[in-house]
Amino acid sequence: MSIKGRIHSIETMGTVDGPGIRYVVFMQGCPLRCIFCHNRDAWDPKAGREVTVDELVEDISKYRYFLERSGGGVTATGGDPVLQAEFTKELFARVREMGLNTTMDTSGFVDVDKVGDLLEVTDLVLLSIKHVVEEKHRLITGVGTRKILTFLDHLREIGKPVWIRYVIIPGYTDDPKDLERLAIMLQDYPNIELVEILPYHDMGAYKWEELGYEYPLKGVPVPGSEEVDKAKEVFAKRGLPLKLKTTE
Amino acid sequence: MDAWRDFSDGYWKTEIDVREFIQQNYKPYEGDDSFLAGPTERTKKLWEKTSQLLQEENKRNGTLDIDTETVSTITSHGPGYIDRDLEIIVGLQTDEPLKRAIMPFGGIRMVKNACEAYGYKLDPKVEKVFTEYRKTHNQGVFDAYTPEIRKARSAGIITGLPDAYGRGRIIGDYRRVPLYGVDRLIQEKKRQMGLLETAWMEDEIIRQREETTEQIRALEALKIMAQSYGYDISKPARNAFEAVQWLYFAFLGAVKEQNGAAMSLGRVSTFLDIYIERDMAEGTLTEEEAQELIDQFVIKLRLVRFLRTPEYNELFSGDPTWVTEAIGGMSVDGRTLVTKNSYRFLHTLTNLGPAPEPNMTVLWSLSMPENFKKFCAKMSIKTSSIQYENDDLMRPMWGDDYSIACCVSAMRTGKQMQFFGARANLAKALLYAINGGRDEISGVQVTPQFKPITSEYLDYDEVMERFDQIMEWLARVYINALNIIHYMHDKYCYEALEMALHDMEVLRTMACGIAGLSVVVDSLSAIKYAKVKPIRNEEGLVIDFEIDGEFPMFGNNDQRVDHIAVSLVENFMRKLRKQKTYRNSIPTLSILTITSNVVYGKKTGNTPDGRKAGEPFAPGANPMHGRDKKGAIASLSSVAKLPYRYAEDGISYTFSIVPKALGRDTESRISNLVAMMDGYFHKMGHHMNVNVFERETLLDAMEHPEKYPQLTIRVSGYAVNFIKLTREQQEDVIRRTFFEGV
Repeated sequence: MSIKGRIHSIETMGTVDGPGIRYVVFMQGCPLRCIFCHNRDAWDPKAGREVTVDELVEDISKYRYFLERSGGGVTATGGDPVLQAEFTKELFARVREMGLNTTMDTSGFVDVDKVGDLLEVTDLVLLSIKHVVEEKHRLITGVGTRKILTFLDHLREIGKPVWIRYVIIPGYTDDPKDLERLAIMLQDYPNIELVEILPYHDMGAYKWEELGYEYPLKGVPVPGSEEVDKAKEVFAKRGLPLKLKTTE
Repeated sequence: MDAWRDFSDGYWKTEIDVREFIQQNYKPYEGDDSFLAGPTERTKKLWEKTSQLLQEENKRNGTLDIDTETVSTITSHGPGYIDRDLEIIVGLQTDEPLKRAIMPFGGIRMVKNACEAYGYKLDPKVEKVFTEYRKTHNQGVFDAYTPEIRKARSAGIITGLPDAYGRGRIIGDYRRVPLYGVDRLIQEKKRQMGLLETAWMEDEIIRQREETTEQIRALEALKIMAQSYGYDISKPARNAFEAVQWLYFAFLGAVKEQNGAAMSLGRVSTFLDIYIERDMAEGTLTEEEAQELIDQFVIKLRLVRFLRTPEYNELFSGDPTWVTEAIGGMSVDGRTLVTKNSYRFLHTLTNLGPAPEPNMTVLWSLSMPENFKKFCAKMSIKTSSIQYENDDLMRPMWGDDYSIACCVSAMRTGKQMQFFGARANLAKALLYAINGGRDEISGVQVTPQFKPITSEYLDYDEVMERFDQIMEWLARVYINALNIIHYMHDKYCYEALEMALHDMEVLRTMACGIAGLSVVVDSLSAIKYAKVKPIRNEEGLVIDFEIDGEFPMFGNNDQRVDHIAVSLVENFMRKLRKQKTYRNSIPTLSILTITSNVVYGKKTGNTPDGRKAGEPFAPGANPMHGRDKKGAIASLSSVAKLPYRYAEDGISYTFSIVPKALGRDTESRISNLVAMMDGYFHKMGHHMNVNVFERETLLDAMEHPEKYPQLTIRVSGYAVNFIKLTREQQEDVIRRTFFEGV
């Protein structure tokens, strides 16, 4: 019998969550409670709809040509796919059989021994680091950094390619000193292929309100490209890759 | 002959056969865009001057000037120039740039109203002549319309019919003029007259004799027009400059003679490349000069204007002329038809900035050189001015020398034409099926009486049975109307020059169309998979619906509903095929709305899919906005299922995306767009407009049009200057699905 999982939705033309065109599976459930979350409706592990791996694989196969032609594949995001590690592993194993790239977008807040099998069938990990300072990380996400950093260490150990994502939220995550600290830390990870510095956006705010919650970052401005560029510079100075090396 | 020096021999020398000339002589190009040259000083100055005129035109409500006295013919107006010293390619429709001519053969009322709408008065003498002495196409049609057709027309179940304006969608093979010279073409037409001396003078022979004579007259007139600019086009073009100029004269003659809804150019870039390559080999032309020729040619194409009324603008918004140029594709022998001149044509969008005309149409094939695909994607991302059509789908049907008329209508160049038939409103037809043929807005019995549906909830099978009957009626009335229209158009408003640039025997199609496909399909899906309760007014007329439950919607690649769309298209086409058509034309079908999706929506009541009365339909074959919830590829996969074999006049899909949702950087955006189009066309999709811009840009352009004189967007099958759209149309464009990623 095909294993079941809960998903929030499907996007057939993802282009930013991994290389090429991505079939993106938004999984239901997340261990973090980020105050800037733009998929607030994906937190509840019991919400969404139930699907089997077979159903997803069948659907993915309809888009195989697009995914293959663009050098793309399937990305599991959410929510956080690590909460449904068994399901994601099964899905990725099948996607790999199709010759497509598998990418997991995660917060990294997971015990390493729970995702060993999953990582074996994962080609790329998108790791979203919310903050480098413990207290500030707790403030933003509700959890500490230890598990996440252990996860990152593990990825280095097994030589798993990683794209780091970091969101600039004015007044929360843009302190130059903190950025510097993070950059220095990341220098020690040769498995990092890309560091993406992204501006915070409030396009998910309406989802909080729809669910009857107040949006925690109400009134916080969206950073301009200048602020983002400044942050990027900090990472560039430390020699971190802000662009992908083109293989061609 | 000197004009043909160094060209490879072939059949084309003894017969009129442009395709064979191209096949024998063209040089495929597989390299990249690095050879391209920028605009020359002359071109820059000329374009600057032209841009000022265009802005002036905008300020004056979209019409710079009208010649209200001179009826336009091929030779009606003396030579006109923008700036003689800067122009290399010459020729204008009237004696001044952007001055619009009157063309009353299609209908005098339209001309009169158009003059008045822009604050002019039509010369009373012209009005008298075309009212009292010379009958027009429009009058002919209304003399013959049946009461049934009139009713269907005013209810808006069939609208946009070319019964008061020129039908267009005929493409002269303008390349014949540079290749053969006009004298040779006249000689050929005279030979054809000989073939028409049959024993019995019957209708069709008499008509052909009269038409051929008119064609010869038009060719003679064309020579005189060119002469007024100082050129003798009786003989073939001897070099690239003459080839471009001769070809433009031929096209100019057509747009002076006819105000057709779409006056397309054909497939000229690779043809012209042969002349450019020869000049370059002889050392008489540089890349800069070659680009200058094309830039200047394109400037002229951007200036084509017709006098039209505001009502016309509702159907075809933004003052389009559809000077469609088909670029690229493959030869049947497997070589690509992409040449350096394919690049030069698209490069005008860089040299002169984006523009809606000419309507750049890339014939996409999976086998086309990767470099060219990337170049197209790059230009789409930069300018949103290009549409794409599936060469791998069309080539097996139309060969490798077809052109595109208007938006999506393929026809073998110089061998085939169509009778343009606008479209029927299938969403309204569905409501008629429920209401027994009474109009849901007026309550008028439009069709013969059918039994209305009286049950509390709509039953899928019952609705389908009634719908089938209504479609049967609709197909008959629709074709009858078109038969009358095209009979009269041939009689009173014949396209003599365009047809002079065709073979003697042409294939004619009767190009019908449908609007509201996704509305009907989602409505049927709601009836089938959810519970739909009709709400009746006191006269028993169903005016609204209550929907209970979920139902699959078109645009999510969900077979449960997509198959309804497929069988609907097949079914309506089968009904059209049963009808008797004027001149034995072959019925075809398009799923294309132009911008009439807004006005059709306005005239259609509440529909069972939850769409409210007056709300616009989706354009062309697009899913309804906001209902395609699985992203762009699922959406276009649904559209790609619609069978081209049952919609040979084209299936239009408009795709809009914000740059960020295409990829994180320019390089990945280009490669993702190429992959997306390869995928769509691999799935047998037919047509795609590609728009790449931010919604905010459009919002800003609505408020500050002066900042965006050249902002171009693709709508159903063509491109427009965004600021020239009506406010309603602008809002519709912005409301539609923009894929923004998550």
